[in-house]
Amino acid sequence: MLVRPYGDTRDDGAVQLSFTLPLEDSACAREAARQFVLKLGFETCELVHAAPVSDTHTFFVAYARTREGIDPDQVAPAEQAADEALTFEEINTFIDSQIGRKLLVVGACTGSDAHTVGIDAILNMKGYKHHYGLERYPMIDAHNLGAQVPNEKLIEHAVTVNADAVLVSQVVTQKDAHVRNLTELVELLEAEGMRDRFIVIVGGPRITHKLALELGFDAGFGKGTFAEHVATFIAKRMVARRRTHNP
Amino acid sequence: MNSKLGLSEQKIARARELAAAITEPVQAHITGHTTVTVERATLRMLGADGVNADEVPVPNLLVDAFSDRCAQGVARPYISTLLARDWTPADLNKAVADGCELGRVQPADDAAVRARAAELTGATFERIAQNVTTRNERMARYAANEKSPLLYLIVATGNIHEDVNQAQAAVQQGADIVAVIRATAQSLLDYVPHGATTEGFGGTYATQENFRIMRAALDEAGARQQRYVRLVNYCSGLCMPEIAAMGAFERLDMMLNDSMYGVLFRDINMYRTFVDQHFSRMINALADVVINTGEDNYLTTANAYEKAHTVLASQLINERFARSAGLPPRLIGLGHAFEIDPDMKNSFLYELAQAQMAREIFPELPLKYMPPTKFMSGDIFRSYAIQTMFNFASKATGQSIHLLGMLTEAIHTPFLHDRYLALENAEYVMNAMADLGGELEFKKDGLMVRRAEQVLDRTLEFLEQIATIGLFDAIEQGLFADISRSRTGGKGADGVVAKKDDYWNPVEDALKHALGLGA
Repeated sequence: MLVRPYGDTRDDGAVQLSFTLPLEDSACAREAARQFVLKLGFETCELVHAAPVSDTHTFFVAYARTREGIDPDQVAPAEQAADEALTFEEINTFIDSQIGRKLLVVGACTGSDAHTVGIDAILNMKGYKHHYGLERYPMIDAHNLGAQVPNEKLIEHAVTVNADAVLVSQVVTQKDAHVRNLTELVELLEAEGMRDRFIVIVGGPRITHKLALELGFDAGFGKGTFAEHVATFIAKRMVARRRTHNP
Repeated sequence: MNSKLGLSEQKIARARELAAAITEPVQAHITGHTTVTVERATLRMLGADGVNADEVPVPNLLVDAFSDRCAQGVARPYISTLLARDWTPADLNKAVADGCELGRVQPADDAAVRARAAELTGATFERIAQNVTTRNERMARYAANEKSPLLYLIVATGNIHEDVNQAQAAVQQGADIVAVIRATAQSLLDYVPHGATTEGFGGTYATQENFRIMRAALDEAGARQQRYVRLVNYCSGLCMPEIAAMGAFERLDMMLNDSMYGVLFRDINMYRTFVDQHFSRMINALADVVINTGEDNYLTTANAYEKAHTVLASQLINERFARSAGLPPRLIGLGHAFEIDPDMKNSFLYELAQAQMAREIFPELPLKYMPPTKFMSGDIFRSYAIQTMFNFASKATGQSIHLLGMLTEAIHTPFLHDRYLALENAEYVMNAMADLGGELEFKKDGLMVRRAEQVLDRTLEFLEQIATIGLFDAIEQGLFADISRSRTGGKGADGVVAKKDDYWNPVEDALKHALGLGA
């Protein structure tokens, strides 16, 4: 069954829009804005507000109606690495009871990336927005290697401390440098025959779980991720792996 | 101004005494040390500029070349080189940029070195004084059009030329202050990039050329609107003094410049930052630049209601450090923020109490009020409502510098019409309630009066604690923002050098003389 946007009557298809055009405010600019909305496929468009935001740009507010609808039974949400995170206490209890030892997590911003905001939000004691970082978890031993860590160094450290999971943060994504860098990490691990030794996770504002899987990672975390999402994934994946490896 | 809160004058005086006691031992450390960026800033003030083929700045190349003489100050070998080769600073810049090895420089005759230093410093100070005159003339010309508080907007495209378009539109919409957000990682670079830049993540590189381009653009747009539009950049990170020097050359009007921000939030070594902030603030004082401190950061990471006293404590410490560097009250823009959880009952009353408290404790200072960011979500309509309350609090309590909140905070860097909507909101609110502050009195022993007293009392306890253990230990123990930084850790520690007895810095001497600080 199709559903449509709801303004004040079922199936009226009412949508509110606001945008700016690089045009001086004029009758012509307003008509251009109206026709632009119709060009998007709307059936009707009422331009309710126009205001110059500079000599050369005009801001518009419009209400439009569409006949398009969507069948909610035909859509599937994008797969998420962690849509249901356990709480801080639950994670520690889970690790303690299911694994029975501390998990060791190593994280870094790799390559040329100097932006530690992401890895710090996940790893640092303090965490982010009242969500404690992994350093605060009694059942997790977290090593934050900081920024601009070469992939080789990260792997070397993970091997030395016998890590369970490796976290990579990539914030700067200009010219797809992050993709090359992430691919290189997986290739290095595979070349050493160590890909399955660690749970390998990437995070960053432009990272999706789908992209991470395509690049050969176990999971990817994007915007809105907190430490408990990552911790939940690592803990559950550890348990799942043990089941596969030790039936 | 009539007091609405009736805070104890004795307590406020005691808080200032404690801030002085806390900063005094740090000031002793500052006096005894220099850093690589202080030396580079000194060279910039003496004419060093430019980059080599690998984009390494000439001031960095020079300080590296004279690295064994940092403890005595690099000014002497620099000026000795000029004298020995009969070069102007421009000649030396070109030679160093072209890869010329300076070799071991014999110190020139002391009187000749001092004479040349006085000449170069004099020319630089004259240029800066000219900038101050130009600014004062324009501010006087357009004084009638100045808003209170001044409305502050940011641009952050990464491309200075695109920033110009956005900034000029913001001026036309009503902005009084434009800040160009810096590229995310610049604070950790131990050099200042050079030239006009068109790529940067999360912001645009602070370079002297970018400063010049934006200054010209704001002068042009401001003249059309009959306003003097202030330009802001970031005098923070590993190159505080150099950015201050460049800002002074290009007539920046305000600088984000905090005494502890870099230590706490950027993991810069504490000894480094304390020395750097002092030198940078002397330059800002000379250039009549209003500093903006970063206390808002304490609240974006911690609970704004519970940690309100850390803001006041930091403000008092920042004020004391600023005064020690020669900044008069009118140039000390202490920061604070509207960050209490909006779902908390009476959150707005607490915000109002705190904003009023800051105003009454620092009556002469151009306080900078930062907008809500932490609880902004994708619900732009709710965010817009919260920004309205922020605008109200700012006007009602007589704040000076008002950073406009965006309804799309937490979504993207502002779109053109996001800024327009922010200005429209602020202008409506601040006009509609223009004189409300003067009409309001707070109820004696009411919620707001008691809240302000509570914050002041907690601040006193907190400052007593810091004064007892010392500021260095307090930072090591994580008393600020729950972040612990070790004395020896952090970035830039190796760039701190103890001054020898024969240390000589003609720029520092001239700054102290000009600012009336005991040499």
